[in-house]
Amino acid sequence: MSVLALEQALNGLQFGLMLFLLAAGLTLVFGVMDMINLAHGSLYMVGAFIGAWIVGLTGSFLLGIVGAVLGTAAFGMALESSLLRSLYARDHLSQVLATFALILILNDGTRMLFGNDLPLSAPAALDGPVELLPGLSYPAYRLVIIGAGLVLALSLYLLVVKTRMGALVRAGASNREMATAMGVDIKRLFTVVFGIGAGLCAVAGVLMGPLLAVQVGMGENILILAFVVIVIGGIGSIRGALVGALLVGVVDTFGRTVMQALFREFLPPQMASAAGPALASVAIYVFMAAVLAIRPQGLFPARG
Amino acid sequence: MPSRLCRSTLASAFVAFGLAIGVLPAHAADKVKVGFVSTLSGPSAALGVDIRDAFLLAVKLNGGKLGGLPAEVIVSDDQFKPDVAKGLFEKNIKRDKVDFMTGVVFSNIMLAALPEALDAKTFYLSPNAAPSSMAGKDCNPDFFAVAWPNDAYHEAAGQFATQRGMKSVYLIAPNYQAGKDSLSGFKRTFKGQVVGENYTKLGQLDYAAELAEVRAAKPQVLYVFLPGGMGINFIKQFVGAGLGKDITLLLPGFSADQDVIGPVGGAMSGLFNTAHWSPDFSNAANQKFVAEFRKEYNRTPTLYASQGYDTARLIDAAVRDVKGKLEDHEAVRKALKAAKFESVRGPFRFNTNQYPIQNYYVRTVGSDGKGGLINKSFSEPILKDHGDAYVQACAMK
Repeated sequence: MSVLALEQALNGLQFGLMLFLLAAGLTLVFGVMDMINLAHGSLYMVGAFIGAWIVGLTGSFLLGIVGAVLGTAAFGMALESSLLRSLYARDHLSQVLATFALILILNDGTRMLFGNDLPLSAPAALDGPVELLPGLSYPAYRLVIIGAGLVLALSLYLLVVKTRMGALVRAGASNREMATAMGVDIKRLFTVVFGIGAGLCAVAGVLMGPLLAVQVGMGENILILAFVVIVIGGIGSIRGALVGALLVGVVDTFGRTVMQALFREFLPPQMASAAGPALASVAIYVFMAAVLAIRPQGLFPARG
Repeated sequence: MPSRLCRSTLASAFVAFGLAIGVLPAHAADKVKVGFVSTLSGPSAALGVDIRDAFLLAVKLNGGKLGGLPAEVIVSDDQFKPDVAKGLFEKNIKRDKVDFMTGVVFSNIMLAALPEALDAKTFYLSPNAAPSSMAGKDCNPDFFAVAWPNDAYHEAAGQFATQRGMKSVYLIAPNYQAGKDSLSGFKRTFKGQVVGENYTKLGQLDYAAELAEVRAAKPQVLYVFLPGGMGINFIKQFVGAGLGKDITLLLPGFSADQDVIGPVGGAMSGLFNTAHWSPDFSNAANQKFVAEFRKEYNRTPTLYASQGYDTARLIDAAVRDVKGKLEDHEAVRKALKAAKFESVRGPFRFNTNQYPIQNYYVRTVGSDGKGGLINKSFSEPILKDHGDAYVQACAMK
């Protein structure tokens, strides 16, 4: 049982870290610029497609990640300075409508450029399992994802807490007007933040590609989870995004399996197999509702 | 749009052909019209495309005719949407006045559109979907399931696990009707113990949590019903988690078919699966089909392709049998039911509910000798002359 729990914890950690990469960008954009960007998931898709395309051309997975990060960050910054910038002053409804339109445009644009999907496999060297404990082999590729996620989370944390740019970001998130009044070049800051968010999306997109599928529309499902993460964690807070992402990852992983087993204990099998999966798929939202009821501002609110 | 292109070239070819042979005898129809509605775009398009390609190949190999009459096949795309399929059925039946409808891949789409055909007394020949309801209480004299009943592959897999002396099984399927039906099919023939049963979200692609449960449950066999992309991801992750050493992964045929072997690759080697057809069947009809399909489309046909091909040849046989008198509905029905053609799957016949009685085989994925992988069938069927469990509930005799 303990081996099972450990493996599920690793699965939850792996999923949570990938969610964090998405949620980090989303929470900064939402927190710093007060902008709801529904097209954030599309950047994840764009990153995955660029990565898969480069891997297909060169055969190098590493090159794919680097290319995807640079390409998506550049694309994100271009998008921000050409289009999204004009939306900051609008209300949230206009932002939601405009970025929803952007999702549709990017989906069809990607389809025109690359087709409906692209193949992407993990590097052959990481295809097999690694024996962590006697009786527990864990896929090597998922371990790499965990490692990459941890490194990125740590660097992002250092960037936000220890650097001058991080201080500006935090200042922007907690009180935008005051930060502007103090002479922060908010325009450039926004563009850079948006670029970093897009780059993180690309990392998640390429790393998740072999586990899921690189296909048009891949960003929509995961975007909803990313929003849940930042609502739980507190909008604008990197620490909140990390904790929220890990919580969501673990709740989802355990919800999918433990819930069904639990129901089988005290319900007839027919009913258990009906109720278990139904409840498992809403477990995350039940969790979010609980957080909102107890701490409506999220676990680690950025604004005082 | 390849489908539109196909349709117009075919149509003009047939018009030209009709002119060339001149006036036909007055008592017979002057051509056969077939409405072909299938999923030809989007992520699930590969299946419908294979059925269409094989159907059109059969017509082409027949010189553009079905049963001696020039054939017009009206191909359209249901876009994986039940309401679109329903509209297309209505158009094909009311405006184009087709003699036969066919093509739909998915049960839910077919069940939505089917009343359009059955209410108008137009034959529907299903090249894939064969839900249990249409085999039992809802059976209909104008509905023929040409491929295989929805449960059959799973019953065959359960039988195979029992025959191999497997004591314990873990089952995984998506949480929807076909998923539940498939697992009950497996349990109907499996005599060992079910140590775990997991219903996942439809469309789920990451199975890490489920695989951890499987590892802990230590079953001898893992049977999964995960069509399309779900299955491709599952098999990759099953291998990546190192579970293949201790657990036999058993699959229904369509989860280990040529369209899955491609993206999964070498990890498929040695997997067992169950189906009613295999590309290596030695009967003459199948040899010709596989060779011609490869020549025309430069790929190995899938189960779906074999089903589309058989559907066209069933129409061919029936139209020939009634000598082109398509207006005699009852005679056409009898001719369809007699199914006087050499099927690529080998011997088969229709039961009283117009679902097939046929053999099912275990297949294993092995080398094709050219660096690729292909399915090879066991010589003895795992289920012989097998029908379905619902025929008693059907009122047709």
